[in-house]
Amino acid sequence: MEKTKPILELKEIKKVYPGVTALNGVSIDFYPGEAHAICGENGAGKSTFIKCITGAIKPTEGRIVFKGEEVTDNSPLKSMDLGISAIYQEFNLIPFLSVAENIFYGNYPTRKGLVDFDKMEKESERILEYLGVDISVKTLVKDLSIGYQQIVEIAKSLVKDVKVLIMDEPSAPLTNNELKYLFEIVKKLKSDGVSIIYISHRLEEVFMLCEKISVLRDGNYVKSMDVADTTEEELIRTMVDRDLGEQYPEVPYKKSDKVLEVKNLTNKYVKDVSFSAYKGEILGFAGLVGAGRTEVMRAIFGADPIKTGEIILENQKIVNRTPKDGIQNGIGLLTEDRKTQGAILGMTIRENITYANLEGFSKGKFFVDQKKEMNDVTEYQKTLNIKTPSVEQKVKNLSGGNQQKVVLAKWLATNCKVLIFDEPTRGIDVGAKQEIYAIMKELVDAGKVVIMISSEMPELMCMSHRIIVMHEGRISGEILKSEATQEKILEMASH
Amino acid sequence: MKMKKVNWTEYAMLVALIVLIGIFSFTANAFLTRENILNILRQIAIMGICSVGMTMVIITGGIDLSVGSLVGVACVLGASLMAGGMHPVLAVLICLLVGAVIGLINGMLINIIGMFPMIATLATMTILRGVAYLISGGMPIYGLPNGFLFLGQGYMLGIPFPVIIMVLVFIFGYIVLNKTIFGRTVYGIGGNKEASRLSGVSVSKVIYKVYLLQGILGALAGVILLSRINSGQPTAGNSYEMDIITACVLGGTSVAGGEGKIRGVLIGVLFMGVLTNGMVLMDIQDYWQRVVKGLVLILAVALDNFSKKRRNAV
Repeated sequence: MEKTKPILELKEIKKVYPGVTALNGVSIDFYPGEAHAICGENGAGKSTFIKCITGAIKPTEGRIVFKGEEVTDNSPLKSMDLGISAIYQEFNLIPFLSVAENIFYGNYPTRKGLVDFDKMEKESERILEYLGVDISVKTLVKDLSIGYQQIVEIAKSLVKDVKVLIMDEPSAPLTNNELKYLFEIVKKLKSDGVSIIYISHRLEEVFMLCEKISVLRDGNYVKSMDVADTTEEELIRTMVDRDLGEQYPEVPYKKSDKVLEVKNLTNKYVKDVSFSAYKGEILGFAGLVGAGRTEVMRAIFGADPIKTGEIILENQKIVNRTPKDGIQNGIGLLTEDRKTQGAILGMTIRENITYANLEGFSKGKFFVDQKKEMNDVTEYQKTLNIKTPSVEQKVKNLSGGNQQKVVLAKWLATNCKVLIFDEPTRGIDVGAKQEIYAIMKELVDAGKVVIMISSEMPELMCMSHRIIVMHEGRISGEILKSEATQEKILEMASH
Repeated sequence: MKMKKVNWTEYAMLVALIVLIGIFSFTANAFLTRENILNILRQIAIMGICSVGMTMVIITGGIDLSVGSLVGVACVLGASLMAGGMHPVLAVLICLLVGAVIGLINGMLINIIGMFPMIATLATMTILRGVAYLISGGMPIYGLPNGFLFLGQGYMLGIPFPVIIMVLVFIFGYIVLNKTIFGRTVYGIGGNKEASRLSGVSVSKVIYKVYLLQGILGALAGVILLSRINSGQPTAGNSYEMDIITACVLGGTSVAGGEGKIRGVLIGVLFMGVLTNGMVLMDIQDYWQRVVKGLVLILAVALDNFSKKRRNAV
């Protein structure tokens, strides 16, 4: 078969941030009618790469060639004009506007200076018909299911003659049924010559949908493979490819008394979850996005209500109606999203660290013991190596890794018996990651229980003594460190 | 070691205040006299007392539009109780209690019904003004006992008594916001409500307490005003909330929540007092005074935003 010309070529793309090289000379070609997956671990540079294509960021070096012509001064507007569209995990839809209005948002057809609603609705109907979905264009977007919202998002990109469609984790929020729709649409777009750039952590999807896979690792281009000639195992090996051991501290497993027991926990998000955690143990939680891991932890901590089920801590039944109860009972939760749920960005490092245990830093009933506060905070700053000129610095001025350490210090200051870490190393650099692992080791050495949710397989497999796998709100399996392989975990996570 | 952080707005407002005093000293003869200075202080006392509560409300990310009407209610309620023969101390205590209850009601509208503070207090603002007219029958209430007049007109060590109360309220506000656990949570909630809840803070309790305090301070301001004007006027405190909010914002309190300093608010209150007084002395028409006050607010916020942008650009 004769090879067609690539529609989009990226040549030696390099992006350097102060202190970090996010992309180090990545070259990939994309062909029309082909779905091309970009794979790599978190932090491999996938999203930076995408943003270079859409013009959201400017590469430090390198060229972007579209249809044989170099794109200069790339910007989100320009790339859209060229026919490059991107849809993200979080939608850019306006909930109180209709489907048609969203599809044409920013490109309203007009007649005599007024919006031509007839034309807009007819055109929208045509696009939706092409996509094979039957929804009224007058429906408000807020009344649609997540799956349909995503289709509206795709329809939006079809208003302009789309040549390259970037899909960043499109399947993450979807149910299985909705997924089938999505796959149909991707196939249709491919057959009409659209080039799809597909990013997903779900490897089985990549194998179902894509013709090609390119792997990035730590900002470097590793290689491109034809899907027909490779296997999931080989892909994972290519993505990870490093001695997994060396980055992680050795945490000896001295399982002893049962500290936490969760029995038949059920609420809006999770069903019948039971497990135990032991003193001196790091218990990992694996699962796909939306499997209910965070929701289990929030329920245990008291952030979300529980319908039925029991939580037993050190042989005593506890009831956590609010996070305050959870903390008082000795459970801490380092949340997944540090900016919106963890740190208070406008407050200082000192104020953040003592915030979850102000009673512990009190003088009398009402006052803050500012001397003790200063002493302890300075101590945490030193032991956790929080890089800052002063603990009076506002947290918003710190890097992601240092912000995470501040939030971590906040939970250390509460003296909790059970510490739950939800994606503790997301979006932070390797150095800070290792420091956080070291702290986890210290915690279990001191007899605490650490529960860790992580989507990073190597981290989960190296740090946890035991891994519980969740799927669609239920526990779908459990595996000991010695027996754990990525394949086994992924297998359990998808059934 | 203690780090002094300088809030740009606070700093600039202090300079602006000094410049303003300088201008009025030259343009208005009677301005820089002992008499007039005490007069200014007495005038700002009522606004100042309310602004301490308002600062806390705004730091939590809320706002209280009802405080001016509350001043009115406390004023006519105190007047009618005392005119009916009640002992002034008891009458004042009842007014403070009513203020506390009204504060709690504002808190309930926000916590239980989930209303936006601006809408909740807009409603109570209208209701309370109506109540003030209902209590008084729309007419001023006279016949206050002489002993009560000390509260608004008396002197202690040569200083007007309301000024002393205001200073005490400011000291109280400073201690609460800077030294107490409660104060820390006020800032925390304004900075990030969800993170505060997940750190074990009872967000709704803090909101209740803040509006409760604001209610008590509003009622306190109302009875002081009553004593000063020596009659229960149903229109008392009309549109005070606007001057109070202006003073808070001039003092560097961020309406987005999480930021604000009592020190700055004191300067903001002084600035508003001096500006009003100076313009009156210069015989500037009341209509123009309003225009100027509005312009000052725009200017202050604009300067602050520009300086922030420049700092962030570096």
